Amino acid sequence: MSGMVSFTVNGTPVTAPTEGDEALLFHLRNRLGLTAARFGCGQEQCGACIVQIDGQPRYACGTSVAALEGCAVTTPEALSGDPVGQALIQAFAAETAGQCGYCLAGILISAHALLSASPQPSQDQIIAALDRHLCRCGANGAILRAIRRAADTLAEATA
Amino acid sequence: MNAAPAPALPKSLQDNPALGQWLSLATPGRVAITPGKVELGQGIATALAQIAAEELDLPLSRIDAQPVDTDLSANEGLTAGSQSVEISGASLRLAAAQARAALLDAAAARLGADTASLTCDDGTILREGAATGLDFWALAADLDWQQPVTGQIEPKPVAALRLVGTSAPRADLMPKATQGGFIHDLTLPDMLHARVIRQPVRLARLAEVDQAWLARRHPGLSVIRKGDFLALTGDDEYQLHSAHLEAEFFTRWDDPAQPWHPTATPPETAIMAAEPPVNAANRRLTARYSRQSIAHGSIGPSCALAQWLDGRLTVWTHSQGIFPLRAVIARTLGLAPADVRVIHADGSGCYGHNGADDAALDAAIVAMERPGRPIRLQWSREDELSRGPVGAAMSATIEAALDGDDRVASWRMSVTSAPHAQRPGFGGFANLTSAEALDPSSRPLQVEDLPQAAGGGASRNAVAIYDLPGQDVRVRLDAESPVRTSSLRALGAHLNVYAIESAMDELAALAGADPLRFRLRHLSDPRCRAVLEQAAQMAGWPGPDGEGEGRSMGLGVARYKNKSAWLAAVAQVSVDESIRVERLWLAVDAGRLINPEGARSQIEGGALQSLSWTTKEGIALVDGRIPPLDWDSYPILRFSELPQIETRFIIDPAHPPLGAGEAAQGPVAAAIGNAVARALGARLRDLPLTRERMMQTLLEE
Repeated sequence: MSGMVSFTVNGTPVTAPTEGDEALLFHLRNRLGLTAARFGCGQEQCGACIVQIDGQPRYACGTSVAALEGCAVTTPEALSGDPVGQALIQAFAAETAGQCGYCLAGILISAHALLSASPQPSQDQIIAALDRHLCRCGANGAILRAIRRAADTLAEATA
Repeated sequence: MNAAPAPALPKSLQDNPALGQWLSLATPGRVAITPGKVELGQGIATALAQIAAEELDLPLSRIDAQPVDTDLSANEGLTAGSQSVEISGASLRLAAAQARAALLDAAAARLGADTASLTCDDGTILREGAATGLDFWALAADLDWQQPVTGQIEPKPVAALRLVGTSAPRADLMPKATQGGFIHDLTLPDMLHARVIRQPVRLARLAEVDQAWLARRHPGLSVIRKGDFLALTGDDEYQLHSAHLEAEFFTRWDDPAQPWHPTATPPETAIMAAEPPVNAANRRLTARYSRQSIAHGSIGPSCALAQWLDGRLTVWTHSQGIFPLRAVIARTLGLAPADVRVIHADGSGCYGHNGADDAALDAAIVAMERPGRPIRLQWSREDELSRGPVGAAMSATIEAALDGDDRVASWRMSVTSAPHAQRPGFGGFANLTSAEALDPSSRPLQVEDLPQAAGGGASRNAVAIYDLPGQDVRVRLDAESPVRTSSLRALGAHLNVYAIESAMDELAALAGADPLRFRLRHLSDPRCRAVLEQAAQMAGWPGPDGEGEGRSMGLGVARYKNKSAWLAAVAQVSVDESIRVERLWLAVDAGRLINPEGARSQIEGGALQSLSWTTKEGIALVDGRIPPLDWDSYPILRFSELPQIETRFIIDPAHPPLGAGEAAQGPVAAAIGNAVARALGARLRDLPLTRERMMQTLLEE
């Protein structure tokens, strides 16, 4: 039952024991020092912990490290390293899209996955991509505006 | 010669008079500001930095807002009640203006120059516009940092402001979003993780802990048991998290030794008294409005760190009041206050007195049992929703009558509410859940509410802003429930404004009058009239749709605390299978704005939170206690439920800034309620305005 699993986090190879069945969220925060993905509920209900696994948004609180063999995990810390992430960070800052910021890491990850797959999403697509995320401060409107702004910036850059 | 009497100094300056309590030039090239108001996600650190930079003629980038720390910061009590900009901002403004003047005086002394010939730019001292080789930091040692801030140095005139009034960006936001920066992310060497297993009901007695089961299932964890306080510690946080979820398998609790009996409450208080009307009017309204308890619902459950080292306890917390918390922690643990240092670290958004203070005491208790090791204590989602303090359940009954001219002839409002102020130390009680677990006799024996001078709790905004003859307002506290209630954003103003503004619409209907015109007929406050007319104009009041046609507008207005910002809201809702708020128009007068984008963000965030409370939220007690809750059983607003929002500020630069963070809670609730009543042709007086309530009301009609 004890064994090792290998995957990558933000491009860096990681090897972890399968014993203990640790959730990815706790592994990222406590063993890898990557604290942007956050504990909000531990029940896949709020979205604060969402990271990308092979490009898809996934709840890190409900994903076992043991199930990640060969997977590529992307956390919010990596967003500044690619054009879509940079555009999102700049747009969120410009729109002051957030108050406390606790929910934002997961939201940025979902927005990144959305814009990577659909560079010009409709408003309904943006809302659908964010509906698994809760924001208690009520920054929701500014967050939607920021994602639209990032999409527009990326479209201009490639035009 | 008689000097003009000095204007009263802001309370924070009276309490913290020394210049050095507000700012420091200890680091070359930097200005550290040390006010006592904490960042709660509301952007206060940015607004205060703008104020300091403004008066010191520095760019914002030179200002470092320091974490609030009982060892280092001005003691400004709580960060609450929308007073940070008004009181802390005004204090810091005077302190920074005096620092600038003192620095120029010091430069003049060194140069043998006339102070009037000196100016400063980015911290360097200029004489007739030419460099002098001196700067703030070279002069810092010449200043008496103990000098009291007198308020005698005029801050900049409004017309000269260049930074204040601009939307300076929040420097803290994106680093937090993509890296770390919350208390949850703090890591100290050799840190030990901890979880508290909370009493299932207040004052429940811990009967048994099956340590053998725990040791088999989760080897490596250890137990701390003190009275009815139970905590687990361990090096592996995931193991601890998993064990905490299984608490029911290894703990057994007994009912409280005695049932919770009513604590003493003050008698009914007359906030405003009037004789009952003599003439019996024939058109009367008697209506009772209510809300259930509401959870704060911070997205990040409470967290704290603590370390007991060399006879001193250090606690890191996201509390709104680190000085009052220090006093209660010291008293509970039998320490001298000077031996306890409390440092603020940013938490998840906080909308009042949530679990932050409880978590801080939890961590402190564990730290005392594990000397030397830094303890990181994390709450669960369930505990955050079900075991933290919650916003008070309330009801308000209004009896009013119209005279022959369709004017309100009498108005009696009676509010019954659970207490809104059970913060640490309030009323002389710890008001912390683990203090009661250690010693059940520490529970509050009587409760009070916030005094009217502090804006009141249950009485907040219970006095209507309208010109109502014979307005009679009474408030009764109800502390019979063991459910722990305390301050949630706007306190009583949410339900009181909902009640008053609903009643005004109901009376307008009795008078056959348009709700806007009916209000204006009773409203002489010019700034209140202005926001109301502005919101109505923005919305195109009364909108194209009529009564009972499934889509309508409603409006609501109030002046927060009857002494802070004015806000009018118009809501457009559609009602079919469910209630949907489609649009909100908000008009606000918060005086001069320090940071317009920050103010807009606070207003719109408050409006959305009020929408969530008003249409979705309420805790239904089970056997008199809060059941275990999560985001499925306690849903809040989602992205797919957002209305379109338009906000306009009415700004007269001559008007001083007013706190804005809570101004939307009441008016938005009222606007939604009034819109639903018009769209449905039937009124829902009990919140939240859910589909179930709507169906029930329609059946009863």
